[in-house]
Amino acid sequence: MGEQILNQLVWPVIYILCIAVPVILAVAMFVYWERKVIGWMHVRMGPNKVGPLGLLQAFADVVKLLIKEVILPTSANKFLYYLAPLLALVPAMAAWAVIPFNDKMVLANVNAGVLYLLAMTSLGVYGIILAGWASNSRYALLGAMRSAAQVISYELAMGLCLVCVLVLAGSLNLTDIVHAQAGSKGIFEWFMWPLLPVFVIYFISGVAETNRAPFDVAEGESEIVAGFHVEYSGSAFAIFFLAEYANMILVSFLAAILFMGGWLSPFPASVPFLGQGSFFWLFAKAFAFAFLFLWFRASFPRYRYDQIMRLGWKVFIPITIVWVLVAGCMKYFGWVSIGTGG
Amino acid sequence: MSGITNYFKSLLLIELFKGMGLTMRYMFSPKYTMRYPMEHIPKSNRFRGLHALRRYANGEERCIACKLCEAVCPALAITIDSAPRESDGQRRTTRYDIDLFKCIFCGFCEESCPVDSIVETHVHEYHFEKRGENVVTKSQLLAIGDRFEHEVATARAQDAAYR
Repeated sequence: MGEQILNQLVWPVIYILCIAVPVILAVAMFVYWERKVIGWMHVRMGPNKVGPLGLLQAFADVVKLLIKEVILPTSANKFLYYLAPLLALVPAMAAWAVIPFNDKMVLANVNAGVLYLLAMTSLGVYGIILAGWASNSRYALLGAMRSAAQVISYELAMGLCLVCVLVLAGSLNLTDIVHAQAGSKGIFEWFMWPLLPVFVIYFISGVAETNRAPFDVAEGESEIVAGFHVEYSGSAFAIFFLAEYANMILVSFLAAILFMGGWLSPFPASVPFLGQGSFFWLFAKAFAFAFLFLWFRASFPRYRYDQIMRLGWKVFIPITIVWVLVAGCMKYFGWVSIGTGG
Repeated sequence: MSGITNYFKSLLLIELFKGMGLTMRYMFSPKYTMRYPMEHIPKSNRFRGLHALRRYANGEERCIACKLCEAVCPALAITIDSAPRESDGQRRTTRYDIDLFKCIFCGFCEESCPVDSIVETHVHEYHFEKRGENVVTKSQLLAIGDRFEHEVATARAQDAAYR
């Protein structure tokens, strides 16, 4: 009986903590890294006072946010107002359950992993909508509506991108998808080459999904102050913040897993040491994608709302639909040698 | 034709990549940031900061209470009262107040002074902790002048040819 409890209750909790705590720490360091990188790109220095090189800045910010009061706006819906940050955070953290870090390291090796991910990333928008509605603020409501429309539009393009990957990999299991990208040619076995346009569209849609610049109309500071979380303060705001950055890191990991071979090495297996697959490769790839988020933010001005809709519906979806056909042909006629390894 | 080329240009994200290349170049370029409390930007010898009243080398205050500075001050920041000094009957100020909230640091008082008494030093880092501290009195101004006499004299000497 005791052993059963240990296996079913204690170990899963420990595994979950082994993922959740590093994710939260990664978010803290990611915030610091974002401010640093954007500072450098603006030809300034970024935070450099708190701790060595400013490394403790993120933790100082967390402490500051936690000791602040959470203000409840007059005639806001109290229950939904407090529920919304949790609804944003829980899917962002739950999605990590199916992320394979290497061959063995995965919390839940489920066969419908991609579907689960789609469900979780789509759920996050409920937190945003509820936050916008429950705040009883017109700015928040506008931001929530923009966010909802945007996420729905780009979810379609993203889903079609995933379909291309699924067609080539022949599996919904993330570990199997990575295995399908293994082979003797290293980097050239990855799905990013036959699916290059889809790969680009996937990442851009990911940026739009997470409401990041240049698709951050949901919180467009110049128009609607801060969008859906304009009324949130203190720890409730911190939770939204955490969810947004956890989602960014998640999208980076997904791009690395689905298109760039996850933990597989870019070198052929015949290369000693460097040819071995390791979760370090996954982290390096995800870091590169996460850096792209910051690079975009420093480079591009915000899209106009109708341009975002145009891009999603009239550019991305047609291209991905065509590429689903192309991917199907690739698989059916065997135009590419992908999916043979593993 | 240009429509088609533009279409493919935008489809291939060429201009976006150019923009990202630009930001990446800036990321590695030297930063402009001045780490202010540790580093200072060099100041001109004509810098107009906190005021001071100077003395002659023998310790006599320069100010002769001509009130030209009070008259020229566009912000009416200077208030002067004068009376014969009790010891020798010389015309001296009994009160010389500058309201730093009113002062616009135009430097007219310094230009108008016939004896180079009122000057503006290079000091710009000061603060007030209580209401009323913004009005600096004669004794404070003289103390500032005593403390920064060397810097003030050096700056005036450097600028002498242009005055």
